[in-house]
Amino acid sequence: MREVAVIGVGMNKWGELWEKSHRTIWTEAALKAIDEAKVDRVDAMVVGCMSGGLFVGQEHLGALLAEQLGMGPIPGTRVESACASGGLAFRQAYLAVASGMHDIVLATGVEKMTDVDGGAATFALSTAADQEYEGFHGVTFPGLYAMMARVHMQRYGTTREQLAQVAVKNHAHGSLNPNAQFPMKVTAQQVMSSAMVADPMRLLDCSPVTDGAAAAVLVPLEWARKRSSGPFIRVAASAHATDTIALHDREDMAFLGSTAKAAEQAYKQAHIGPSDLSFCEAHDCFTISEVMVIEALGIAERGQGGKLTASGYTALDGKIPVNPSGGLKSKGHPVGATGVAQVFEVVEQLRGACGARQVKNARWALTQNMGGTGASTVIHLFERV
Amino acid sequence: MIGLARHWREIPQRYRYEAARCDKCSAVYFPPRLVCSKCRGREFTKTVLPQTGKVETFTVIRVAPTGFTDEAPYAVAVVKLDDSIRVMAQVVDCEVEKLAIGDRVRLEFRKVQQDGEAGAICYGYKFVPEA
Amino acid sequence: MEVGIVGYGAYVPRHRIKVEEIAQVWGADAPTYKKGLRLEEKSVPSPDQDVITMSVEASRRALRRAGVDPFELGAIYIGSESHPYAVKPSGTVVAEAIGATPNLHCADLEFACKAGSEGMFIALSLVKAGEMKLALGIGADTSQGAPGDALEYSASAGAAAFIMGRERLVAACEHTFSFTTDTPDFWRREYQHYPRHGGRFTGEPAYFKHTLSCARELMKRAGLEPGDFKFAVFHQPNGKFPLTASEELGFTREQVQQGLLSPSIGNTYSGASPLGLTAILDVAKPGDRILMVSYGSGSGSDGFVWRVTERIEEVRSLAPQTWAQIKDRPVYVNYGTYAKFRGKILKAS
Ligand SMILES: [Zn+2]
Repeated sequence: MREVAVIGVGMNKWGELWEKSHRTIWTEAALKAIDEAKVDRVDAMVVGCMSGGLFVGQEHLGALLAEQLGMGPIPGTRVESACASGGLAFRQAYLAVASGMHDIVLATGVEKMTDVDGGAATFALSTAADQEYEGFHGVTFPGLYAMMARVHMQRYGTTREQLAQVAVKNHAHGSLNPNAQFPMKVTAQQVMSSAMVADPMRLLDCSPVTDGAAAAVLVPLEWARKRSSGPFIRVAASAHATDTIALHDREDMAFLGSTAKAAEQAYKQAHIGPSDLSFCEAHDCFTISEVMVIEALGIAERGQGGKLTASGYTALDGKIPVNPSGGLKSKGHPVGATGVAQVFEVVEQLRGACGARQVKNARWALTQNMGGTGASTVIHLFERV
Repeated sequence: MIGLARHWREIPQRYRYEAARCDKCSAVYFPPRLVCSKCRGREFTKTVLPQTGKVETFTVIRVAPTGFTDEAPYAVAVVKLDDSIRVMAQVVDCEVEKLAIGDRVRLEFRKVQQDGEAGAICYGYKFVPEA
Repeated sequence: MEVGIVGYGAYVPRHRIKVEEIAQVWGADAPTYKKGLRLEEKSVPSPDQDVITMSVEASRRALRRAGVDPFELGAIYIGSESHPYAVKPSGTVVAEAIGATPNLHCADLEFACKAGSEGMFIALSLVKAGEMKLALGIGADTSQGAPGDALEYSASAGAAAFIMGRERLVAACEHTFSFTTDTPDFWRREYQHYPRHGGRFTGEPAYFKHTLSCARELMKRAGLEPGDFKFAVFHQPNGKFPLTASEELGFTREQVQQGLLSPSIGNTYSGASPLGLTAILDVAKPGDRILMVSYGSGSGSDGFVWRVTERIEEVRSLAPQTWAQIKDRPVYVNYGTYAKFRGKILKAS
């Protein structure tokens, strides 16, 4: 396998992009990454999109988007792994370069979620669960994570206030990110008094519905070294694991087995451990998600994710900042784009280009992108070299 | 909305709680599947799930997906059936504010979804508080 | 050979609405309904309950008491005036849910409030004729009265199921008799949401004429007097009519009290006298004789003479008893919730 580097990334400000279509949002992000990478061609493109079908009635995105980019007839591949679609697209692009199949590969993610009403969006997202034995009964994603939260709270004594601190921290980080959809700061009180969505998950515990895209250009590290003097952002590990799709079939409903499994593989590939991380971008689709993710990543002890968050350990000035971008909570969560946007943040941070939200002396970074209630996890490790 | 055949083929599970028990390792699957994910056994025997159990976790859905908006707020729970596996379903005929982990519930036959006023009705199971 | 009931089951929804709650919305006089018609409150089905769901639950309870393999049922008949589908049987869903398919006969019946006893009669007759070993007859309704109409105070929901057979009886059927004429006292035309009725015409020439005639002829043919019965149950569109009818026939309050459910749950239509019978079976002793007479507008009455057997003692605690269900944690709803539950509010689609 060849070593792989990311040489260009792109994204736009996320939000309710009423004037922009699915394809326009995607093409803008893709062009930014290509321009930044200063490449005059790409050999292949991968797009992660959870549900073009349900959100905009459009499938066959590989061909459609390759053509929009003026890059036809290159192979255009669309991958889907619910909210981990973006992370998976990046992994497929990584594998294409690492294997030697292609030299310049564009990894992208996109979702246009605001062309349907709230009920339809809630339904589209719920298709990431077991449609016949979870969705059939009217459960939603906030509802599924709410059930996980209740187990976590009951078993470990995680408090409502600790969960709120995830939102407080990530909105504080997001307030420094010009691309964030909701860059406002929030207080724990605001989180705990926001509208109830699915007990105990409230509106400000949930990531929003967002239109957005992100892109990254991957090339062989050696190839990048020949073009410039660096520093380079090396992909140090790529791991992907799955778990039961239905929450009720999980061995432990308060633990993210797929994240733990993928993390174990990723750390092994890179010969590092969680304590070596300078920061990480985690899949905080709900406040409880981040609490459980940092436990599965080994940043927090099992059951201690809420407590550790409340202590400031994962804040921008803490020992291991989690979600300096603002995370899904503040930056937004266009589901298929999220995994690639995590790479965008990591690359910008490792380059030292993040201004007010810059993590000091960043060298090792981790992205964790998750689908469903944790049925899929894609993890990548990056190193500045 | 659920397609007709798609709901119809789940009738043994949704109406009668039919599950499959792995002949090799006794793991129970609901719905039945072709391969045991514990031992990869492929031989199963039909079994029927017990119809009472205990709430392991639950939520109250206040923002509902299409098809369920008229019902909100409604409770959904993961229930550990007695000496058996967990299943997920709504909990009805209860005060949702008073529902708690550990509550005893039993399965009852209810309408779960319907395709508007003119379309087909999908029947299935929901939990109710055990008497 | 004796034929009769092998197992019985009742189902009453948990939700209730009080007469006062309905009366205050329409500016009506609650005491008129409470004292005049002896109605206190009625059962209300939740939006996820209908004739099919209640029939399944009542049938499962009947199966528990019968202790028979559902696969041996030769027929399922559901009588109702509120089948969820105008076209598509309720009985097939019930048959599938209780595991009785596919070797059986199935039909949905309609005859206003008499459809339930009709199902029982047909099931019993087929067993008696030797056509099948076991047959299931169900009476169930989620009946509706138009907003503000007198029927709105009584039209309610419930189901009763009876497995008829020849062996291991809990109650043997000694006699049956049916009385039928064309009497247009109550109806619902196709595509109409609510029924219409003839007001006071529903009383004397309709309910009373048929109920009393059926009861008298049945007792005459059986050679029995009111004093020969421990219990009697009549169709109960309200709390008053069955009491008046029973007094005219010479029955005492003690004989009818146990099966008189309508003051507490309203008129369960096709479920009414069948549910009353389940409440009686819950307490009857071996040897007790029970008179049951239904009434359905249009009009007709089915009469049965039941004699309780020894086996009743073994089975009654195997499923929830009827009065216990009625008293079990009722959930009271206001008129707004009731109107939402019953589809009386038009929503934007
Ligand atoms: Zn096995």
